[in-house]
Amino acid sequence: MFFESFAALLAMDGHGPYVWSAYAITLATLIVLVVQPLAAKRRQLRELRGFLRRTEEQ
Amino acid sequence: MWAWFHKWSSPRWFYQLSGRVLPWLAVLSLVSLVVGVIWGLAFVPPDYKQGNSFRIIYIHVPAAAVAMAGYLMMATAGAISLIWRIKLADMVVKCAAPIGAALTFLALVTGAIWGKPTWGTWWVWDARITSVLVLFFLYIGIIALYEAFDNKEAAGRASAILALVGAVNIPIIYWSVEWWYSLHQPASISFTGESSIHPEMLRPLMLTISGFYCFFGWVLLLQVRNEILHRERNTRWVRDLILQR
Amino acid sequence: MHPVRRQRLAIVLLIVAGTAVAAALLGYALRENINLFYPPSDIAAGKAPVGRDIRAGGMVLEGSIKRATDSLQVSFIVTDYQANVPVTYTGILPDLFSEGEGVVVSGQLDDAGLFHADQVLAKHDENYMPPEVSDALEKAKAQSPGQSGTQSKPQY
Repeated sequence: MFFESFAALLAMDGHGPYVWSAYAITLATLIVLVVQPLAAKRRQLRELRGFLRRTEEQ
Repeated sequence: MWAWFHKWSSPRWFYQLSGRVLPWLAVLSLVSLVVGVIWGLAFVPPDYKQGNSFRIIYIHVPAAAVAMAGYLMMATAGAISLIWRIKLADMVVKCAAPIGAALTFLALVTGAIWGKPTWGTWWVWDARITSVLVLFFLYIGIIALYEAFDNKEAAGRASAILALVGAVNIPIIYWSVEWWYSLHQPASISFTGESSIHPEMLRPLMLTISGFYCFFGWVLLLQVRNEILHRERNTRWVRDLILQR
Repeated sequence: MHPVRRQRLAIVLLIVAGTAVAAALLGYALRENINLFYPPSDIAAGKAPVGRDIRAGGMVLEGSIKRATDSLQVSFIVTDYQANVPVTYTGILPDLFSEGEGVVVSGQLDDAGLFHADQVLAKHDENYMPPEVSDALEKAKAQSPGQSGTQSKPQY
């Protein structure tokens, strides 16, 4: 590792708040981008299954 | 060639094939992002002038690059949808816009955070930054235009035309730093000559750039597959697919 | 290709070409306004308005920074190695501000040609390297003084 300690990695010679906030915002955005379609798919499959079951019964 | 083209444009065929590619894209993007980010954050030496704030490059440049490349891909899909009236291309336009908007947002925000310690300001209305803001509004405009129509076909056509018109902004973004005096520096990665970023710092950047490309492909496929299921919900193959699970 | 599709392809190409032409015309009409700043040679040539809010950009001339001892007032010269603009500024400077580095100042030009800045931004170039590499480059340059002409063109 380039930094001598974990604390030095967090501080980044004073640039820590900038670097870490940029990475935190990126991480949060990427997680939303993945979780949203996965959740939508689960919801959609559930709805479709219910819809098909109802039409099969008729 | 046309037979191949039409086979690919069949939603059912696409759904089955993309399902096989999906896990590979997910693994590839996660591995290169995690390795590239840890490498860039903790193992690469700092820049001789900017110090550690330069580490933002490992997310800023990939987000901006994929936001622009994604736009070109979306505009191409728009052209295909306009010319051949292929439903799949229309779905790609619709699904790519929110992902592109999110990546453009990231490029703007990480750029602002990077600008404060290096330039001394969060924001400046120079040609590069303003044209990227225009890219963000184009993405938002395409989403809004699509939602404004009740008729899917009209929505697809209108947003495809806007996507095409906006494509002119991409070369403007790319060359803005060469054509005009701007605060933003020219590109560090060169496709033809030597890059002006030290190889030691370039390697993790290449990883995160490819990671963002795979990520874009992964999320786009997830979205398009959802859209296919939704639009084809009354077809036989979707019914079979759901009931056999 | 089907004639209808060929016609649609023509329309698509027309849209792309049309917007490209429109954007080029717009860029041409606004070419001066899209520039973020005036280079010193434009200011020396009298192209920049006096007393209005403008920006000037270039390199900070080596040896030109003079700091006041009792305040945050600082003066320096911005140059593009063809013309010089003297600048005065009171306030905190960005970390990357130093002699021989790029800078963009915003403020007003007075009749005497002195630039009163109310904001100073550091402009860095596209080179990224570790400190050791930069030190090694400096050392190599110092050892072969005859090669100083190989220094790259001014960046702004």
